[in-house]
Amino acid sequence: MAAYPEDIQYTKDHEWIRVQGDTGIIGITDFAQEQLGDVVHVQLPKVGEKFSARDTFGEVESVKTFSELFTPVTGEVTAVNEALADSPELVNSSPYNDGWMIKIRLNDPGEVDGLLSSTEYEDFVESQKEE
Amino acid sequence: MPNTQLRKTALNEAHRRAGGKMIDFGGWDMPIQYPAGTLEEHLRVRTAAGLFDVSHMGEIEVSGPEALALLQSLTPNDAALLADGQIQYSVLTTPSGTFVDDILIHRFGPDRFFLCVNASNSDKDFAWICDHRAKFDVEVKNCSANYTQIALQGPKSLEILQPMADVDLSAIKYYWFTNGLIDGVPAIIARTGYTGEDGFELYFDPDESERIWEKILEAGKPSGLLPCGLAARNTLRLEAKMALYGNDIDDTTTVLEADLGRICKFNKGDFIGRDHLLAQKQSGLTRKLVGFEMIDKGIARDHYPILVEGREAGIVTSGSPAPFLKKNIGLAYLPIESTGIGTHFEIDVRGRKLAAQVVKTPFYQRSK
Repeated sequence: MAAYPEDIQYTKDHEWIRVQGDTGIIGITDFAQEQLGDVVHVQLPKVGEKFSARDTFGEVESVKTFSELFTPVTGEVTAVNEALADSPELVNSSPYNDGWMIKIRLNDPGEVDGLLSSTEYEDFVESQKEE
Repeated sequence: MPNTQLRKTALNEAHRRAGGKMIDFGGWDMPIQYPAGTLEEHLRVRTAAGLFDVSHMGEIEVSGPEALALLQSLTPNDAALLADGQIQYSVLTTPSGTFVDDILIHRFGPDRFFLCVNASNSDKDFAWICDHRAKFDVEVKNCSANYTQIALQGPKSLEILQPMADVDLSAIKYYWFTNGLIDGVPAIIARTGYTGEDGFELYFDPDESERIWEKILEAGKPSGLLPCGLAARNTLRLEAKMALYGNDIDDTTTVLEADLGRICKFNKGDFIGRDHLLAQKQSGLTRKLVGFEMIDKGIARDHYPILVEGREAGIVTSGSPAPFLKKNIGLAYLPIESTGIGTHFEIDVRGRKLAAQVVKTPFYQRSK
């Protein structure tokens, strides 16, 4: 069963963001990693790159398939998870913590309000499964 | 909700109970992976053992005084070389020397043969054989529903299975089989597989499926045996450069282009497609299936375009990370002048042109 922590916001593209002050930590959801299967490579941007909400910021590759990564918010990358270069499997084993992907300085903290809550995202995932 | 249109093997419930991730695999509801995940399943088969449900595969029996003659006319390999209990990799060829299917022929007796064929092709194969049997005194039966087929693969397969078998499994050589009992259940015990490892493929009564499946899993637990899904089966067969029908071979690729000249026995007599294949052999191939390895960081996936000197020159027929080799590998048909080992070319990976090179195959070969 996929997990849906309540301290983060979600997107319909299966990313999550955890806001701490003016910084958002971004990764992919437990449901997303389950769908991908074993992650073997994560392509991340460089620190200092700027993105608008819903831009592609990278790519995740599993044994079976790949998926683009979309940033939920507008801002500048302040850190990337270097550990994923050698241990991409962290995305599978710890999608909401050790498997985080980038930190981004938020242009507009209000953007986060438009994202999904834990229960809204869980409902969305369930509706996807039924299709 | 499971799609009720999908076909199910007798082990469907067992896969679901074990947490198998089920997908529509050519119309069959099959486990793509179990909770351990594809990487772990793949590595277990290389280092210990894995158990696969491959009951979706088809089985066709050809028997009668002219069974051999019919098979000789349908396939390029020389089935007359088979002894009782021996197995041969072969092909049902079209008149143009391409693939109806690739198959395994098991010889039960001089006038009785058992074919293992691809799941998605079994009805087509059966119809093909029936369409070409008129001149022959044979009986052809599609007995796919009569068998559960499971594959126990990996270096520990023998030690796991032996205590359950009433025959000496070590006496069965690679590509031979015997009829025996597995935990009291009559089974065809074949030393074959689609992983590049030692192992056994077992064919038996579907009613005994769950009991035998669970029993083998239980017996193998101390050895590290895991149930494995079809994703691991695919990465394993790719490392071993075993062709997959629908990807690497089909009715547009000839047996010679698929680099299977070793199974084209032109001296055995006529067979469907012989003239075309012989002409192709004499005039020389224009393309051939080769194995490649990525040089640049990136994964070539099925169907990605191949570029030779900047021009599109084919597609990747199978591309994937190779979990045991820890490389990104694949198969592709390349223009014959580009098929030499070490030849560099490019693959269009979602708009990025990444370097790859032709390498020696199989990518992986077990130590014997």
